[in-house]
Amino acid sequence: MSYYDLLETINAEIAKCMKCGNCQAVCPIYKEDMAEWSVARGKIKLAKDLLEGRLDYTPRIEEIFSLCLTCQACAENCPCGVRPDKIILAARAAIAREKGLPTIKKYIFNVLKHPGQFKAGMRLGSTLQGFGLKKVNDTDFVKPRLPIGLDMRRVIRPLAPKSLLSQVSEVTPVENPKARVVFFTGCMLNYIYTDAGHAVIKALTANDIEVITPKDQHCCGIPVIMSGDIETARRIARYNIDVLSRYDCDAVITHCGTGIDAWVHHYPDLLENDPDYADKARAFSEKAYDVSQYLVDRGGFRKPAAAMNRTVTYHDPCHMVRGVGVSTQPREVIQGIPGVTLKEMKKPDRCCGSAGSFSLTHYALSSKIRDKKIADILAVSPDMVLTSCGACRMQIEEGLYHAGCATPVHHVAELLASAYEKEETADKGNQRAHHKTAAQMVAG
Amino acid sequence: MVVKDLIKELRQAIGKNAVKTEKEDLESYTFDATPDMPTGLPDVVVIPESTDHVQAIVTLANKYNVPVYTRGSGTNLSGGTIPLKKGIVMVMLKMNKILEIDVENLTATSEPGVIIAELNAAVAEHGLMYPPDPGSVDTATMGGSVAECSGGLRGLKYGVTKHYVMGLEVVLANGKIMTCGGKTVKNVSGYDMVKLFVGSEGTLGIITKIISKLIPAPEARKTATATFTSIDDAAQTVSGIIKSKVIPATLEIMDNVTIKTVENFLHLGLPIDAEAILVIEVDGIPEVVEKEMDAVARVCKANNGNLKIAANAAERDGLLAARRAALPALAQLSPTTVLEDATVPRSKVPDMIRAIRAVAEKYNLTIGTFGHAGDGNLHPTIITDEANTDEMARVHKAVDEIFDAAIKLGGTLSGEHGIGIAKQKYLLNEFGESGIEALKAVKRALDPDNILNPGKVVTI
Ligand SMILES: Cc1cc2nc3c(=O)[nH]c(=O)nc-3n(C[C@H](O)[C@H](O)[C@H](O)COP(=O)(O)OP(=O)(O)OC[C@H]3O[C@@H](n4cnc5c(N)ncnc54)[C@H](O)[C@@H]3O)c2cc1C
Ligand code: SF4
Ligand code: SF4
Ligand code: SF4
Repeated sequence: MSYYDLLETINAEIAKCMKCGNCQAVCPIYKEDMAEWSVARGKIKLAKDLLEGRLDYTPRIEEIFSLCLTCQACAENCPCGVRPDKIILAARAAIAREKGLPTIKKYIFNVLKHPGQFKAGMRLGSTLQGFGLKKVNDTDFVKPRLPIGLDMRRVIRPLAPKSLLSQVSEVTPVENPKARVVFFTGCMLNYIYTDAGHAVIKALTANDIEVITPKDQHCCGIPVIMSGDIETARRIARYNIDVLSRYDCDAVITHCGTGIDAWVHHYPDLLENDPDYADKARAFSEKAYDVSQYLVDRGGFRKPAAAMNRTVTYHDPCHMVRGVGVSTQPREVIQGIPGVTLKEMKKPDRCCGSAGSFSLTHYALSSKIRDKKIADILAVSPDMVLTSCGACRMQIEEGLYHAGCATPVHHVAELLASAYEKEETADKGNQRAHHKTAAQMVAG
Repeated sequence: MVVKDLIKELRQAIGKNAVKTEKEDLESYTFDATPDMPTGLPDVVVIPESTDHVQAIVTLANKYNVPVYTRGSGTNLSGGTIPLKKGIVMVMLKMNKILEIDVENLTATSEPGVIIAELNAAVAEHGLMYPPDPGSVDTATMGGSVAECSGGLRGLKYGVTKHYVMGLEVVLANGKIMTCGGKTVKNVSGYDMVKLFVGSEGTLGIITKIISKLIPAPEARKTATATFTSIDDAAQTVSGIIKSKVIPATLEIMDNVTIKTVENFLHLGLPIDAEAILVIEVDGIPEVVEKEMDAVARVCKANNGNLKIAANAAERDGLLAARRAALPALAQLSPTTVLEDATVPRSKVPDMIRAIRAVAEKYNLTIGTFGHAGDGNLHPTIITDEANTDEMARVHKAVDEIFDAAIKLGGTLSGEHGIGIAKQKYLLNEFGESGIEALKAVKRALDPDNILNPGKVVTI
């Protein structure tokens, strides 16, 4: 039994908490409302109350446990090594078992269970979104036109007209590949930031790495785990494992905090007692890398020759920096691009407040957390913001928009890929120049 | 019924959102950082945002004759915020404005909900510092630390919270406001009420504004560790350093149990057979700092200490990491960590460490001792499990004997964590009958109806 199935199994984790309150110093939610039930210490106490029958599975309990970004800042700052995020996810799963999911989530997750239906839905969404969303002046953003389940203050990115997976071929070959990897795109890249998806492929192939992009891969399923719908999450995990198992590869490459955390931690945890999948999930956990992490640690990262004159700042996605401990590699990539200056913001690893669907369900709170991040970004006045996660990117883009600032936000791979592209154009130019001289010589 | 009316009036007085009554909300305020304590469910949790709100709440508490438990961040280690007798938990965290930093008079005026580290960050911009630094600086509030008279690592040279509180605004038990002290260094008008409220643990009045004293931040500092194979050599070093007229900002000790545990936890390469490690930091004007560290080195050498001086900031962090890891490392050993703060005169530190060791052997317990050797404030830390009733019985006896030993050595029950509920039964030992009567007389005079944090410090 895993902690996803039975709240009792998280008891040992609960017992480790010594109630010191150190988690108060770092919890973004607690910083906003300063209520004991918001911080890990309070939630751990309430989880204990649930277990020992002092509290019931009420709407208020559901609301309290929904107030968490699973950013793991508390875990990092905990002297006793407690993992409050696991306790909170266990409680959410227990609540979903006892109370069921809200109807809207039930509906969406049902669709998510079936990759085909989900894809068709997203295609339709891309065509129909014009009815519900209106374009914001001269920007690429859209605002809700009707209350379609989004907060009316939101500005978000529209769905791309064509998904990434429908644009790229299954195999992007290179001459003399030194490695062969599978690219797990996740939904943000697939449906919104398709350019970043192309960039990831470019960054890898420019390092002589062959990239396979399986067409029928599915969303990572993390949003489903976050809401406690464990059975659907398991289905998605097994599905993705089946799809990726078809390929013989050296690594699985992800590009977002959530996606990497899914492969490294959540799938093995979810399938721990599944006789058919436990071993496979563990094997994939060993093989999963963030794109920068793979390039620097395994891919023999080649610094591009072309210079990109940019002053950038880098935001650490929670699940990247604390979830899997990736923070130096993206910086190494950034600083490996000639002409790029990295100016660190204050607390680059503080949560941006997005946490996937948290920004949908708790928009006001999420925005307050986001605006602290935006202030830290603006303080170093970069001309580009970089990060390693689509969800963080969308959150930061929205924050900058509200702050009246047009600074672009990109994935690290995008800046790297454009440097490689610039290098290639220059090469071609040189070659042409070279030919010309040769031709002239012949003529002369 | 009465509670219902109280809640209704509270809502009218301070707004609906500032009054929390759902069971889940109440359950979140039944505890603080103290292990092995009783709990209590309050009737209501209120979150005032101004002194007016506080006054209104206290006035209603009087009308309905229910207790008010003032709470900061709830990090105290003596059960001081537990609502034992139902009533109102009043959370001060939203009164969190720094009202003024006065660089001419070297004072800061703040509301009680300001976190100590936040005040320190704000005054650092002016090259100033607020010295009290309990291990909980990043979480504890100014109000809570004033009400506990918190100490910390810099106590030896800089003193503790009471040395840095110059003036207070207090809401009294009857709902009226009084101010005492101010921005002047000298002030002898009336009784020293400021000192009375400092360390009063929420039992005499509710602090709504604090004028703190600031000092110029030291320009330079130097940090070292010294390891010893004998606890007496370490103790000789402590008194030797002071005798050579050096007052380090930090002078910390870790005993063998703590050293072994930290080494197991962090693998810093600490000598696990060492009987004691001292962590020493001197600060001030660069030239003086150099001279003082030379003196420290001489004393350590004379007492067979193995000294390591940090050459740069990174090395300093390395040396301090061991001391910082003491409590976390011990805490990871088992679910319950009973942390005491018995304090003895500096010269008695080795006797106290030996006494603690004897107690640990007698009751077959793991006790790691670390703490502020320079000011005699030790933290014997018992590693146990609340669920193990047999062991907890032995823990309680051990704690009794540790306090006994501290008093016999001319020390005190609590150097910095306060009495709260946890240490009440030992208070008689330290004060005697007449002393306790005097404490109760003070409590009765300021809070005749026992509204403020009843059942803490002394019971009337
Ligand atoms: C990991 C850890 C390390 C610690 N290290 C140290 C240390 O080195 N030195 C040290 O001295 N202590 C230490 N402590 C103890 C504790 O942090 C301090 O006592 C701290 O000052 C309490 O602040 P708080 O805001 O949490 O107060 P709370 O715990 O909320 O309250 C403490 C007491 O003050 C009263 N109170 C709170 N606010 C007010 C107010 N506005 N008016 C009147 N009364 C009020 C409460 O009723 C209660 O009695 C440590 C605690 C932990 C958990
Ligand atoms: S920091 Fe860890 S041990 Fe301390 S209260 Fe939070 S979760 Fe519990
Ligand atoms: S995971 Fe983040 S949001 Fe959730 S309790 Fe911990 S610090 Fe707070
Ligand atoms: S992490 Fe987010 S973007 Fe990445 S696959 Fe999962 S839901 Fe989609």
